[in-house]
Parts: sequence; structure tokens; C-alpha cells
Amino acid sequence: MGASKDAVKGFLMSTVKRVLLLCLLMFPLANLAHAQGKLNVVASTEDLGAIATEVGGDRITVESIARGYQDPHFVEAKPSFILKLQKADLLIVVGRELEIGWLPPLINQSRNAKVQVGGPGYLDASMQARILDLPTGQVTRAMGDVHPLGNPHYWLDPENGKLIAKSIAAKLEELRPNDKAVFEQRLADFTTRLDAAEKRWLAQLAPYKGVKVVTYHRSYPNFAERFGLDVIGYVEPRPGIPPTPQHTLDLIGEMKRQNVKAVMVEPYFDLKTPNAIGRETGAQVLVVPPSVGGVKEITDYFKLFDYDVNLIANALKQSTGK
Amino acid sequence: MFVSRRGARAALVAASVAIAIPCTAQPAQDPAAAQVLRSEIDQLKQDFNARLSALESRLSALEGAPPAGAAPAPGTPAPAEAAAAAPASTPTAQVPPGAEAGGPSGALPVYGNAAAGSKVFNPDMAAIGNFVGAAGRNTVDPLPALALPETELSLQAIVDPYARADFFLSFGEEGVGVEEGYLTFPALPGGLLMKVGRQYQAFGKANTLHSHVLPWADRPLVTTNLLGGEEPLADAGISVARLIPNPWIFLEATGQVSRGSGNDVFQGTERSDLSYVGHVHGYHDLSESANIDLGTSYAFGHNSSGVVNGVDQGRFTTSLVGIDATFRWRPLQRAIYHSFLGRSEVIWSRRDQPNGQQDANGFYISGDYQFARRWFGGVRFDHSERAFDASVHDTGQSLVVTYWPSEFSQVRGQYRRTTYAEGPTANEFLFQFQFAIGAHGAHPF
Repeated sequence: MGASKDAVKGFLMSTVKRVLLLCLLMFPLANLAHAQGKLNVVASTEDLGAIATEVGGDRITVESIARGYQDPHFVEAKPSFILKLQKADLLIVVGRELEIGWLPPLINQSRNAKVQVGGPGYLDASMQARILDLPTGQVTRAMGDVHPLGNPHYWLDPENGKLIAKSIAAKLEELRPNDKAVFEQRLADFTTRLDAAEKRWLAQLAPYKGVKVVTYHRSYPNFAERFGLDVIGYVEPRPGIPPTPQHTLDLIGEMKRQNVKAVMVEPYFDLKTPNAIGRETGAQVLVVPPSVGGVKEITDYFKLFDYDVNLIANALKQSTGK
Repeated sequence: MFVSRRGARAALVAASVAIAIPCTAQPAQDPAAAQVLRSEIDQLKQDFNARLSALESRLSALEGAPPAGAAPAPGTPAPAEAAAAAPASTPTAQVPPGAEAGGPSGALPVYGNAAAGSKVFNPDMAAIGNFVGAAGRNTVDPLPALALPETELSLQAIVDPYARADFFLSFGEEGVGVEEGYLTFPALPGGLLMKVGRQYQAFGKANTLHSHVLPWADRPLVTTNLLGGEEPLADAGISVARLIPNPWIFLEATGQVSRGSGNDVFQGTERSDLSYVGHVHGYHDLSESANIDLGTSYAFGHNSSGVVNGVDQGRFTTSLVGIDATFRWRPLQRAIYHSFLGRSEVIWSRRDQPNGQQDANGFYISGDYQFARRWFGGVRFDHSERAFDASVHDTGQSLVVTYWPSEFSQVRGQYRRTTYAEGPTANEFLFQFQFAIGAHGAHPF
């Protein structure tokens, strides 16, 4: 009797062990991350990923979904992204409905309670930032693909970069209270370095304050505001609507009247229309990456501004002679 | 100097009082009278302030904004008490004179206010219109010349911290139906994703897609012949999906148990006559621009061929097996201008019926190329036997051109040539207008 009980117990134990072993085998990646104690951070864009890396350092691993040279409005909700979200401890989003076309189905299918909207591992980076183009009055789709919650390209202002870093640090501290001092120190360091760099960038573009430019999409209002550029028009007749011949002609007329020197284009737009506008008006067509990863050499948040500010300053130096 | 200035001030007060209330003017030299005057002025000021704040709060109530902070008037409760008595955030309207008797007294809430807080929780709503016209000749399966065969109304919202709900109501020419209506539990223990309600069956690819995301104006012949008609196979049931962890690819297994009344394919007459669907789907990124998606599906349930007077005497069953493959290409940096999607599905149907077992199969293969930001061109080849009679088959060829004025509308033309088993070849031109208003949630990949 006792022997058979032992046999049953032994069988049960070995079964439980097998099941546990199977479970361990089934979640190898999740366990690896937990063993190292690193937070798995997934950012919807490379910009947020870069800022998260600045704040989190070696205490976190960061993966980004949208590539910097890709239109962040139109990312495909590939199942491979579901796997990234499944393992995430923290999901950082740009918000302001930038990702509305692709992120919700990924979150829904992630099987991860932490990163659901409003969950402990969900952070909307726009909540502290300075948001421009908040619509006043009625919003309709007759205006094109407008963002009713304001312009989501807000990270292109170093001041907002600091605010984004601050909210990321607060979230990381909430998730890993033991590492609070590390995050605080890294945030302070990032802010100091960004302050110094911002002074340099402002000085570089200071001679061109008030220079009139045209951009393809409304991706640069925060950049223009910070560095004193005056955006007088857009290649798109309305947000998200491709250029029309009549609008292009009107824009060329307006640019000639106002002596516009540069057309800023995001790397994911076709250059045919901007080049035609450039030929007609003599303005320079500049492919200005709005994101980290927009070109190979932009590997972090500082290099994003280094690249863009250099590009614009050099172009305006030639055309204005200042 | 000091004295003279003081005297001047007294004279000024006297003058202003004399102008404001000449009938009560007293000699300014009398200190007692001056005191009385001062208190009267204060009283007047208080009255004026009280009336002004009352008017302000009425004005703001009319405008739908919370009343501005009212200064306390003598004899009225302090602001904190007043706020507690009537919440400041509720817009109020005055009760019309004579309406007080027997009815509620005091201020009434204003309903239908655009800024009312409760509307924040309204679900995302959208309506999608699908207008289809047909020209040409089809004697076997004719479509009306012009029709709005379907208007989809979607209502989507998060229910609570544990679930979200999606409703897709279809307003067709025959009435209103619930196309899909289900609750999703996105984060159950064990990595499960559970859906409860009426939903499209996870059989293959095209069956899971709403008509407005299909790259064609119609559905392939294999859907019509083997999956029970122009509408996707849908049923009420429970669906559970789990990711199968492995180091190589995305792999997901889905199991569905349903009532067993999906279209004409399944017909359960007893409670235990449920239908079952299993689907395994693998996905792999070949590069950042290209990926491949492979799936296999199985479905089983009772069919209607043995049902006599509502009793299933034959106990006949139908089983379906499907394989689907999709190849996608979209260069990331020019994602909005160029893309390609190639897709094929093969379906086998085994249907037991009184005259014997029918083993039918069918497939479609299609390719769609986006050649400009707003332009798509596509081809599709169809071949399918019929579920009820596997000895006959239909074939079809289609050419499709789609134009997107914006993300929210599209115009499509489709030339369709169908060779039916029993009739002459049908040459048709289908055209379709689709348009979406409101907030329609993004579709899964």
C-alpha cells in the first residue's frame, strides 16, 4: 500500500517536474530577461527608443517598431511586432493618434496585460510635452488626415526631448524603484548634455532666424518654432493628401513672392514634386530626417539634431550668403 | 501737505457720493453721516456684485460652461457650500416660470450638451458604405445593376480593465444583422487570447476579412461554392488563440467552438451539434520589406442535408480543410507608394449527404500591385467545384483597378469573366465605391 502510494507520489512529482520543465522551455526569452533583471522596453519609434536608452542605460533593453526612414503614420502591424510586445515590460508610444492605424491591433494581440492602454507598462510620451497645432474650432476630414489631439511630431524640439526623458525616467522608476538613483542620475546627465548641445544648435541656426521655408508634411512645427524658421506652406495641399497640380502652382507662386529658400522633405516622400518646385523657384530641396534612424549616421537623439541643423545651416548659408 | 491731500480725498468722496446718490447726500463734514454713507455705499457695492455674479453664472450656464466663481453675497451660503449643493460642472438651465409646481425645483441638468463628460465613454463609431454596380450579362448568379449591398456600422470600445468589445452591424437590403459582435479578453493567463460572441470563423484568410478590406469587389468563387455564399462563414461561439513559442517564427494556433449554424455549410439541430474550427498560422519576415504568411485550417460540423422537418435524421457532416499562403512586399522607405500582395487559398470540402459523399475542392490565386500612392492593379484566377455536386466546377478570371482618393474612400473597377458549369460564360464589369466616416479601428494584419 505504502509502496504504491510512493509510486503514485513519485509519478506525480516527475509529471509536475516535466510540466514545469516544459513551461521553462516554452518561455526561454522571457526568463532570460527576468534573470538579468533588465526591463524590456519597446518604443513605437526610434526617437523614443533613443531617449529611453539615454535614461535607462544598461538597466533596460530597447527595441523600436517603426524605422526612422519610414512614415510613422503607415506602419504595417506585422505579427513579428506582436512577439516584441508580448515580452515587453514597458511600451512607450508617441501618442496624439500618430500610431492609431497600426498599434491598437498589435496591443490587442500582445497577450500582455502590462502594455494595454492604461496598464502599468504603457506610457504615452506626449503627456508632458509641448504640443502644437491643437485644432481650434471644428475638425472634419475635409481638412485631410488631421490629428485632432495636436501635431504628433513633437519630439523634434530638444526641450520636448527633455520632457520626454523626464516622463520615461518617472515610469522606469515606478517599474524599478531600486534603480531610481541610476535613472535620476542618467536623466540629469542627459539633460545637461542636451542643454549644452541645444545652445550650439541654436547658435548655428541663429543667423537664419525668420528664414522662410516650405515643408512636405507638417512634420517640423516644433523644430521650426525652436530654431526660428518660418514655415509658410506645405507641398501637401492637406495633411495626408498627395500634391495636386493646382496646389503646387499656387505654392510655387507664393514661394516666389516670399522668396522661400528651402523645401524640407521627409525621407519617405517621393522627391518628384519637391524637385519640380525647387527647379521653378530656385529653392533647395533638403531631405531632412525627422527621426533617429532616418539615415544611417543618425544613431541617437543628439545626432538627429546634429545632422538636421548642419544640413539646414549649410544650405541656408549658400542661399542667403550669411 | 499731508492734511491737504486728505482733504482733497474727502472732497472727492463727497463729490462722487453727491453724483451717485444725490437724494441721500449729506454734508461731508459730519463724521457720523459719512459713516452711514460709507456703509450704504458698501451695501450698494455688495448688491451690485451679487447681481453681477448671478448674471455671470446664468450666462455661463447658457453657454454650457461651469459658472464662474461667485462672490459671496450677504445672506447666501459660502462658495464651498454652494458648490456642494449643486455640482459646478453640471450645466444647468433655469426652471421656466410656472413650471415649479409639482415638478423638480431648482436647476435642471442640460442633456445633449456636446461637452458632457459621459460622452467620453462612447465607443468609437464608424459607418462604412459599400456601393456596388454591375454591368454585362450573368444568367447564373446575377447582381443588381446598382445596389448598396452592405453598410457596416462599427462600435468599438474598451469594456473594463479586462476586456474590449467590437460590434460590426451590417445593414443590408434584407435588413440588419450582426456581422460580428464579440468580447475580447486580451490578457488572460497562459498567454491566451479569448473571444466570445459572434465572429467570422478563423478558416483561411479571406474568410476572416471584412468586405471593405478585400482587394476585390466580390469574393472568390471558392468562398461562394464551398464556404456557403457571398458572406463569410460566421457563427456564435468561443475562440481561443495562443502563440506557440519558438525561436524561429511567429506561430499562432486558434481553436473555435460554435453553435454549428454557419451559413449553409453547417446546420446543427441539437445542442450537442457544435461546429469546430482549428487554424494554425505561421509568419516570417524574409527581410524588412518582404514577409510570408502560411496557414492551415480545419472545420467540422453537421450539415443540413439529413434534416427532415427540423429533425436531423441523416446525421450527415461536413469537414473542410484549407491551406493559405500570402507573400507581401513593401519597401519601408517608399511604403506609401509601392507594394505587392500575392495570395492563394486552396480548400477541400467533404460533405456527406443522402446521395453519397461529395469531395469538392477549389482555389483562388491573386496578385495586387500598388503602382502609385493612390493606384492599385490586381488579377485573380478562380477555380472551384461545388460542395453539393463535386462533378461540376466553375472558373473565373478578374482584372481589378482601385483608386484611393484618400485613406477614407476608394473607387474600384473589376472586369470579371466567369464560366459556370451550367450556363454561358458571364462577362461583367463591377464597380464599387467604398467610404468610411467616423473612427474605425485598425484591422489586424
